[in-house]
Amino acid sequence: MRKENQADIVNTSEEGPILKIEHLNISFRQYESGTHQTQLDVIRDLDVEVRAGEMVAVVGSSGSGKSLLAHAVLGILPYNAVQGGRIFYRGSELTRERIERLRGNEIVMVPQSLSYLDPLVKIGKQIKRGRKDKKTADKLRGIFKRYDLNEEVEELYPFELSGGMNRRILISTALIEEPRLVIADEPTPGLDLRVAKRAMGHFRELADMGAGVLVITHDLELALETADRVVVFYAGCTIEEAYRSDFEKEENLRHPYTKALWRALPQHGFQFIEGTQPYVKEMPEGCPFSPRCDMCTPQCKGEVPYREMRKGRVRCLYAK
Amino acid sequence: MKLELNQVSYQYKKENKKILENFSLSMGDTERVGLIAPSGYGKTTLCKLIAGYLTPDSGEILLDGRRVSSYKGYCPIQMIWQQPELAVNPRLRMREVILEGDEVEPRILEALGIEKAWMDRFPTELSGGELQRFCLARALGKRTRFLLADEISTMLDLITQSQIWNFLLKEVKQRQIGVIAVSHNQALLEKVCTRQVRLDYAIK
Repeated sequence: MRKENQADIVNTSEEGPILKIEHLNISFRQYESGTHQTQLDVIRDLDVEVRAGEMVAVVGSSGSGKSLLAHAVLGILPYNAVQGGRIFYRGSELTRERIERLRGNEIVMVPQSLSYLDPLVKIGKQIKRGRKDKKTADKLRGIFKRYDLNEEVEELYPFELSGGMNRRILISTALIEEPRLVIADEPTPGLDLRVAKRAMGHFRELADMGAGVLVITHDLELALETADRVVVFYAGCTIEEAYRSDFEKEENLRHPYTKALWRALPQHGFQFIEGTQPYVKEMPEGCPFSPRCDMCTPQCKGEVPYREMRKGRVRCLYAK
Repeated sequence: MKLELNQVSYQYKKENKKILENFSLSMGDTERVGLIAPSGYGKTTLCKLIAGYLTPDSGEILLDGRRVSSYKGYCPIQMIWQQPELAVNPRLRMREVILEGDEVEPRILEALGIEKAWMDRFPTELSGGELQRFCLARALGKRTRFLLADEISTMLDLITQSQIWNFLLKEVKQRQIGVIAVSHNQALLEKVCTRQVRLDYAIK
């Protein structure tokens, strides 16, 4: 399997991004009353880049459709989903044939739900995916040691472990490979703060070892602990890309929504703006944040480009 | 009104470790108590015991000196859960979900920003933040005297968290409703609570 990966054609220098997603959009075909079909545009315009050695967090509220991003990269969207835009991996387009070859070894995903573990397969066998060579066995022992897991755990089934342990098992399934790209979808729910921070630390280590890491989460505060960059996702669009350090001061942030998020932190005043994120079926024209924004003008109903600003990016006409 | 827990113990039958052992707490209806403990120390279990979803193995839970379990009909202690999508009947429209509460005043719906159009939707047609607003409204019926908020904003974005807590603080102060809040977020508890109790120190 390794040989196949090495043969994967790469026509870029190591400097380029490992993963580059351009204008990703995802919609669902749905049947409404009988045979009448509707399109539900869940992701409308998503742009993300991940470089080697970098940890990027995509932060959005739950139910905003951000998990679909992971599923789109891995090529595991459900049959009624329609995907547009382009995904590049190490410089060339990530086609269906290519992702089918790469996923599970070079590109790995840590899923959100513990139900992705096979309940009928022992932990050790499940992580090693049936490989019995000594190298894999040694590697697994090393991983278990790092995560405070006993060797006996290898012989247990998922139901015999606690939620937090199973969470570490899911992360181990990613580590046993030598991934260049790790996508973690909401990896910390149900973990208390200390364990959640440690889980994020594991992903940080993967990035420090040279992999590109994309973490999808609703928890901005947790993302700011470890990620290099934060991409803010709002109502189906990416609206800002900022460095972690930008979150130290409100002035450094670009989009009015991100600034509102900052002011809503308990330690930054606990303020709030009115309203909620728009429902997929009632998306406003142009900027999705416009109904809640005090800088909004009629121009915001038109197309709002995602533009570069102070080394980050922003989707707002009036951001300074 | 006064809520008292006297020497409450509880153990899940399958496990051999007591999850709560002789836990006591006394609080008034103007207090907001934050519960802190790492996961697995029985924060949610304690909430379930107080709200009457579980019965303690020993000890008693009293509301103004009377056992909570002896209150018939509407329970004056209401619990709000971490995952609103699991706390509403998926087959009911939101209009009917609200009717499960105790004559919830329209002004509460309005103050929570619940839009009229949402009332005709099913739970799956709302986001987590929108659903949690309904769960809050449902728990704030006429006869509610104490609220148990178990990680109610963990799954929400920061703005929704701030909206919901700012509303809740105003409402409970005005109506003299006592609050027990569980959260892993220390900064949040400092902001919303009048005092904090550590559960992992209470248990040996």
